[in-house]
Amino acid sequence: MTDTQDPIIKFSDVTKRFGDLVVLDHFDFEVNLGEKVALIGPSGSGKSTVLRILMTLETIQEGQIELDGIPYREPGGHGPFHASAKHLHNIRSRVGMVFQGFNLFPHMSVLRNITEAPVVVLGLSKREAKERAMQLLEMVGLADKADAFPTQLSGGQKQRVAIARALAMRPRVMLFDEPTSALDPELVGEVQEVIRGLAHEHDLTMLLVTHEMRFAREIADRVCFFDKGRIVEQGPPAEVMVNPQEERTQNFLAPYLADRQAGV
Amino acid sequence: MTGTALLPPLLAGAKITAELTIASTFIGAVLAFAAGIARGTGGRLIRLIAAVYIEIFRGTSLLVQLFWLYYALPLLGPSIGPFTTGVLALSLNIGAYGAEVVRGSILAVARAQHEAAIALNFSRRQRLWHIVLPQALPEMMPPLGNLAVQNLKDTSLVSMITIADLTFHAQNLRNLTLDTVPIYSLTLLLYFAMALILMACMRGLERWVRIGGSPARS
Ligand SMILES: Nc1ncnc2c1ncn2[C@@H]1O[C@H](COP(=O)(O)OP(=O)(O)OP(=O)(O)O)[C@@H](O)[C@H]1O
Ligand SMILES: [Mg+2]
Repeated sequence: MTDTQDPIIKFSDVTKRFGDLVVLDHFDFEVNLGEKVALIGPSGSGKSTVLRILMTLETIQEGQIELDGIPYREPGGHGPFHASAKHLHNIRSRVGMVFQGFNLFPHMSVLRNITEAPVVVLGLSKREAKERAMQLLEMVGLADKADAFPTQLSGGQKQRVAIARALAMRPRVMLFDEPTSALDPELVGEVQEVIRGLAHEHDLTMLLVTHEMRFAREIADRVCFFDKGRIVEQGPPAEVMVNPQEERTQNFLAPYLADRQAGV
Repeated sequence: MTGTALLPPLLAGAKITAELTIASTFIGAVLAFAAGIARGTGGRLIRLIAAVYIEIFRGTSLLVQLFWLYYALPLLGPSIGPFTTGVLALSLNIGAYGAEVVRGSILAVARAQHEAAIALNFSRRQRLWHIVLPQALPEMMPPLGNLAVQNLKDTSLVSMITIADLTFHAQNLRNLTLDTVPIYSLTLLLYFAMALILMACMRGLERWVRIGGSPARS
């Protein structure tokens, strides 16, 4: 169990800019294996950017990132990521991502959405991939929708399929970028239910960007409050979300704390 | 001269026109996909080569291309004959316009789709074939259908390099008989009939492409 001391994710002095805009500012961040981390904070503070960098959807300008002990950049690596396609493939094989907008493939059935990558990328047989997909659809409560197309699903159903699709690749790290923000209020619960279930998986490392403070408090081992490209305050939800020390955190959480005091 | 006497030579010409259209639309489609994909997704050198081809053939007139190939190609190697020259010119021309359609529909596929595919660890090539092209294909079919009809109409220019197509026969008959109005009326109808058939084929193809992947769209 000494391995658990080594973080599975490690940002060291990372700076990310879009032109002149500094989005991450000498950013340090570590996540342990199996940890469930909620990223909260005002709009534009860099929460999504952290996830997108981990998923190799964004490059960085300075600093280092490691995942499972593998540095994102290769020595002498080429291209915007300073890494070969093979190296990026290796990194991506460990990470899965769920997007705010679902991003299902509209030209494929629900089942194909889930089996396509396992078949094409991992080389599973169609039968194996289908078995895996059906188990996951069962888990997210959509086994009866296997043959439906994305346009025929509600937002909540789409997001549950997107979660199943990401899990089918068996990632060690799951990234959720505001998975319920695009949903009608009455559909939020069914998606949270699925994520709550995943939070019980001991070995799965989870990063969740959310504006649902209650939900963050419920599932996270640690809450990180972001402001202006830095983590201003972090710790167990029972501390950060109940008794925040920093003024910016207090201001951000004020509406939520007021709700709680009012017993809502 | 009566219509019945005019018809056989015009039909013979229409057959040549149909052959030219089918051959050059088919080859042009292959060129359009190759150049469009190359320009949209290739490496720097491949993109440049595709761009040069596309811009040269879109930026010059088909008639000049036709004459150029007809007179310049024999200087480079063995003569390939007027029909092959005609097919080549038409294919290269329609391929250049088609390439821009193909490229445009590839680029129109949402960024979010690329990101989802990257997150699932599809390689560049797998993203193109499994995610992007299947979504782009239905979108490019209507404009490609228009180009095919355009191509049919463009074939009339090959009469300038001695190919005995429909227009060639019409001009020939007019020189012989001076029955200008009936000859060109029949010619017009024949072109129109061929265009109708072509449009029906393209619409069938379009439907087939849509049903191939996604659900019937309402
Ligand atoms: N592709 C881009 N080009 C330019 N600026 C960008 C780009 N993507 C993000 N930004 C900017 O970077 C900053 C951080 O964005 P990020 O999406 O990480 O914020 P966030 O914390 O997720 O905010 P939100 O809660 O609104 O999602 C914002 O100011 C945003 O406008
Ligand atoms: Mg965001």
